Amino acid sequence: MIEAEGLAKRFGTVAAVSGVSLRALDGRITGLLGPNGAGKSTTLRILYTVLRPDSGDALIDGISVTRDALAARRHMGVLPSGAGLYPNLTARENVLYFGALHGLARADRRSRTAELIQLLEMEDFADRPARGFSQGQRIKTALARALIHRPRNILLDEPTNGLDVMAVRSLRSLLQKLRAEGHCILFSSHVMQEIGALCDDVVVIAQGRVVAQGRPEELRERARTESLEEAFVRLVGAAALEAEGVSR
Amino acid sequence: MGGAEGTGTGARSAIWRVFSKEFLENLRDRRTLISALIFGPLLGPLLLTSALSLTFRGAGAQSDRPLRLTVAHPEHAPELMAYLRQYGVRIRGVDEDQAAARRELAAHRSELVLLVPADFGSRLQAGRPSPLLLFADESNTESARGVQRIAAIIGQYGTAIARLRLIARGLDPLLTVPIVLQPIDISTPAGRSALALGTLSYLVLLTMLMGGMYLAIDATAGERERGSLEPLLTLPVRREHLIQGKILAACAYMTLSLVLTVTAFAVALRLVGLERFGMSVDFSPRVGAQIALACLPLVPAGAALMTLVAAFTRSYREAQTYVALVLLIPTLPLAFAAALGLQPRAALMAIPSLGQHFLILSLIRMQPLPASYVALSVCSTLALGAVLVFIAGRLYRREALLG
Repeated sequence: MIEAEGLAKRFGTVAAVSGVSLRALDGRITGLLGPNGAGKSTTLRILYTVLRPDSGDALIDGISVTRDALAARRHMGVLPSGAGLYPNLTARENVLYFGALHGLARADRRSRTAELIQLLEMEDFADRPARGFSQGQRIKTALARALIHRPRNILLDEPTNGLDVMAVRSLRSLLQKLRAEGHCILFSSHVMQEIGALCDDVVVIAQGRVVAQGRPEELRERARTESLEEAFVRLVGAAALEAEGVSR
Repeated sequence: MGGAEGTGTGARSAIWRVFSKEFLENLRDRRTLISALIFGPLLGPLLLTSALSLTFRGAGAQSDRPLRLTVAHPEHAPELMAYLRQYGVRIRGVDEDQAAARRELAAHRSELVLLVPADFGSRLQAGRPSPLLLFADESNTESARGVQRIAAIIGQYGTAIARLRLIARGLDPLLTVPIVLQPIDISTPAGRSALALGTLSYLVLLTMLMGGMYLAIDATAGERERGSLEPLLTLPVRREHLIQGKILAACAYMTLSLVLTVTAFAVALRLVGLERFGMSVDFSPRVGAQIALACLPLVPAGAALMTLVAAFTRSYREAQTYVALVLLIPTLPLAFAAALGLQPRAALMAIPSLGQHFLILSLIRMQPLPASYVALSVCSTLALGAVLVFIAGRLYRREALLG
C-alpha cells in the first residue's frame, strides 16, 4: 500500500508538486492521471525515493520514504520513464544485476529471472545484448528488472509510452495478473483510454495538486458527465481556473 | 551497516556487485577495450621508441654525412678549399655576390654558402684578419649543425696558420694557450638514458589514466544518458556504494592498462636496444614491476577524479571534453618539473603524480630514493584518493545527479 501525505517539491522557483496526498491500495490498480507537466513524474519520483520532498511524507507498506528510503525501496518495483538498459548486457544479465543489488542469493535470482522471462514472454531475446532492442523488448526487460525482488508495490511512470497496440495489451494483461496476485500498482499516464480500461482508482493531478480522487465512475458522477475524458477535462480545467484566480 | 540503512544490501557486496557488472560490461565494449587495453598501452612505447631511435639515428648519422658547402669564389682561397676537402667537405664553387648567396639560401638550393672576398689572400699574406662570410639559416637545426662544423674546421685552419706565423717569428705557439679547459662528462650511461627517457614516466602515467577514462564516463554520464541511472537509484543500495563500485571498476581498468603499458615499454626498449647508443637502460621485469608498483597509488585518485567529473556533466560528450582536460592535471606537475629542472625533495615527493614521476626516474636511473620519500609519496597520493572518493560519494547523493 502506498500512502502519500502533503508532498511538496520545488525546483528553484517552480513548484512542481504542492501538497499531493494520495492512496494506492493492495490488489488495485491506481492511475495517476494528469496533463503533461502536472507533477505526475515528480510525485512518482518522490514515492520511489529518487527525490526528497521539501515537505510531506509517504509510506510504502508503512515505511517512510523520507526516514528509511532504503527499506522503502525493498518494497517497491519501479519502472521509471525511459527505462534504460545496459546495452552490452543481455536482457537476462540486466535483470540479474538488479537481483544482485537487491541482495538476492545467486540461485534465487537465477530462478526468479527465468520465471519472469517466462511470465513476460521474453524467451526470444532473453540472451541477446540489449543493444538494439525494440521499445517493447526494452519495457519488458525493464519490467522484469523491476519485479525481480517480488515487490508488493509496483510504480510505473508512463509505461505505455512508445509501445504498439500489441505491447500495450500484453502490458495491460500483465498488470491485471499482478493485481489478481494482490499487488498494489500505481502508474501514471496522460492517456485517458488507458486509465479507463485498466484502473480501479484514479488520482487526477493538475498544477501540482490532486484535483480529484476516486473510482472512474465516481469521477464521472462528480463532473456530471458520461465520459471519463469529459470529466478529466472539466476537473483539470476547473483546477487551472482556480490556479489563475490564485495568481491574480 | 546499521540504523536507518540497516536493510540495505551490505556495503561490501553492493560495491563488489557494481564493480563486477561495470568490469564485465566494459570488457564487452569495443571502445573501452581498444582505448584502455590496446591503443593506450601500445601508443606510448611506440611513440617513445620511434622518437628515440630517430633522434639517435639523426645524431649518429650527422657526423658521417658529407657536409655540402657552396663557396662563392673558391679561387680566392685555394689552400682553405683543400683544407676543407681534407675534412670531407664537398665544395661546389659558384660565382656569386652577397645578394645572390642570400637568394641561393632562400630558394633552398644550398644550406650553407661561404663567401670568400677578393682580398682574402692579400690580407692573409699581410698578416691582417681576413673576413669570410658564412650564410646559413640557423633556425634550421641541420644548417645550424653545419655552421658549427664549418666553423670548427675553419677555426682549426686559422689556428694552424697562427702557429706557423709564431714559429716563423721564433715564438712558442703554446704562449697563446694560457689555459686549457677540459670538460669531463661523468654522466653514467644509465643517467644519460634517463634524460632521454624523461618522457617515459609522463607516458606511463597518462596511459594509466586513459585506461579508466571511458569506463568512468560510461558508468556515470553514459548511465544517465541511457536512462539506466534512475532505475539504479531505486535499488536498496546507498549511492556512495554505487559510485565506489564504479570507481573501483575504473581502478581495475587503469591497473590493467598500467601493467600492459609497462610491459610494452619493457619489450619495446629491449627491441630498440639503447645499448647501441651507449645507454644502458635497466628495464628488467623487476624494474618494470617496481615502476608499476610506484604508479599504483595514483590509481584511486585518478579514477575518483575522472568519475567525479564525469558524473556531474550534462552529457556523454561534455563528459568526454572535461575528463580529457582532467587527464592533463596529473601531467602538469611533470611538465613543471621538466621545465624547472626540479630534483626530488620531501615537499615535492608529497605532490601526487610528481612523486610517482620521481620514483620512476629513480628506478630507471638506478639511484634509489630514501624510503621516507617513497612512503611520503605513497601516503599523500593515497590520501588524496581517499578524499576524492569521499567527495564523489557525497556528491553522488545530490538530487542534481539525475540531471
